[in-house]
Amino acid sequence: MRFILRRLGFYLIAFWASITLNFLLPRFMPGDPVSRMFARSQDRMQPEQIEALRKLLGVDDRPIWEQYVDYMHNIFTGQMGVSISRFPTPVTEVISAQIGWTLLLGGTALVIAAVVGNLLGILAAWRRGGAIDSALPPVLVFIGSFPYFWLAMGALYLFGVVLGWFPIRHAFTDGLEPGFTWEFIGDVGAHLVLPALTIVLVSIGGWMLGMRNTMIATNSEDYITMAEAKGLRPGRIMLRYAARNAMLPSVTSFGMGLGFVVGGALLTEVVFAYPGVGYQLLNAVQGLDYPLMQGLFLTITAAVLLANFLVDILYVRLDPRVRSN
Amino acid sequence: MTTALLKQPTPTAVRKPNRSFVHGLLTNKKAMLGMSVMLVFIALALLAPVLFPGDPSRITGMASLEPSPEHWLGTTAKGQDVLALTVHGSRSSLFVGLTVGFASTFIGILVGLASAYFGKFIDEALSLVTNVFLLLPGLPLLVILAAFLPPGLGTVILVLVVTGWAGSARVLRSQALSIRSKDFVAAAVVSGERAGRIMFREILPNMASIVMGTLLACVIYGIGAQAGLEFLGLGDVSTVSWGNNLFWAGNEGALLTGSWWVFVPSGVCIALVAFALALINYAVDEVTNPRLRKIKTPKTPATTERRAAK
Repeated sequence: MRFILRRLGFYLIAFWASITLNFLLPRFMPGDPVSRMFARSQDRMQPEQIEALRKLLGVDDRPIWEQYVDYMHNIFTGQMGVSISRFPTPVTEVISAQIGWTLLLGGTALVIAAVVGNLLGILAAWRRGGAIDSALPPVLVFIGSFPYFWLAMGALYLFGVVLGWFPIRHAFTDGLEPGFTWEFIGDVGAHLVLPALTIVLVSIGGWMLGMRNTMIATNSEDYITMAEAKGLRPGRIMLRYAARNAMLPSVTSFGMGLGFVVGGALLTEVVFAYPGVGYQLLNAVQGLDYPLMQGLFLTITAAVLLANFLVDILYVRLDPRVRSN
Repeated sequence: MTTALLKQPTPTAVRKPNRSFVHGLLTNKKAMLGMSVMLVFIALALLAPVLFPGDPSRITGMASLEPSPEHWLGTTAKGQDVLALTVHGSRSSLFVGLTVGFASTFIGILVGLASAYFGKFIDEALSLVTNVFLLLPGLPLLVILAAFLPPGLGTVILVLVVTGWAGSARVLRSQALSIRSKDFVAAAVVSGERAGRIMFREILPNMASIVMGTLLACVIYGIGAQAGLEFLGLGDVSTVSWGNNLFWAGNEGALLTGSWWVFVPSGVCIALVAFALALINYAVDEVTNPRLRKIKTPKTPATTERRAAK
């Protein structure tokens, strides 16, 4: 319990830090982002909306601490202002419309990469020096050396443009009515293949090598020898004895991976014009849509922190050593 | 500022050139391959103005030409020579990568050593800051910072250092902690040596190999992250670099028109440099860690952790 509270305190501090960063950036940065933004959208905005935005971004004559208290209050009551590029939709509405796509793309890719990568790692460690162990790691490391977005561009070019196997843009075909019909689900699936595949390709190496290296250490433990001496089936020793005890670092990586899902899919989403929060974040940056930018960054940070906290709780459940402390 | 940072870590990383370490590196195949590739790229970067004099982004031919004897790697949609752009691009990419690598390793060394040496409250505070920075989602933070700061090469470097130092600080702190508990450090403390001297003269030289590994990982991070940032159009669009080449390739629709020769070279260059640095990194691990030499293992837990964290 103390462990959980300690971690919770840490995440609260981290969240506070990111809110404060968000608060300080537009106020202390050289140049005046706010007036640039106003110049772009002046004619469409109501006076009271301009006033609210001025407060949000710090074009405000009040003392800084007063602004800070106000800002905190707004964040925790969910008032993140109005999007400029999608005027007059509130920021919260824009974000909630898009986070689903990011979760779908990132979640699918993460689960596939983690499951396949860990299985490959288990096999590689179990047959050390075998085919999987000697051939795959160098290949995966080499693939991992390429800039991620470049691989995505290559896949888009090869499978999307040249071969034409998969659609290359957006999450579903334009004009198709979203709904729970087979047609729509199939279409979404087809659009998901390339973005998800490229994420899996670059991240699978990390999972595999991490699992392999932990399990090599586990394999030399006495209880493995004991299990062999008892005459258990090798498959059972591999999965229930060795792999199970080597899982813990992978659980931690899974937590980090969950964070990556929300924030790190940014480049994928940009290359494939996939309508998730990352793509929206870049659009907001290009459109000088500061309220949306801030809202997205806070949402992404909150998701990362929440995912890590959930993994910490899971960790307590999985590892008795943490509980006894 | 950056040049001052650049100078600092170099002497510490290779101080006391341990002869068996250098010899080990020179006889290690991975290290030799990695270093040869790096030397080729550094030579290209230095010789770029001689090989391709003039502004590489000027228009020299028809638009979107395929590779030919005249333009070895073809031309872009604007009619620029791709080979000239690629060779000139190595200058900015290597410069930013090395600067970011040295600067974030330097901060990592300072934070790690201070944490380990002073302990208690200072350690708690520094670890907290480090962990917060590790946890904040890197790419979105990069994008937000780049959006608010005025565009330019300095901004790119600053932003990459801000988001990149925490990883090296954590690795270096844990190593420094284990050395801090050794007897010779206690002896130095008792004999009344100053804190700075103990940190930099007693502890630091004993973690040279891990500093080297961290430095290489940071350079890889710097090159890759700069390319990513520039690909998003958030770098300094006026410079010629591999990331900007890819940004323009995407912007001018090289993919959709099938001009593969426009986006392949810069990407392959980034990959080759990253792979070469990774090879040197493994070689350093193998040379300094005898356990890795017997059985051929391509990776160690420390390096995978860094990869996985990406």
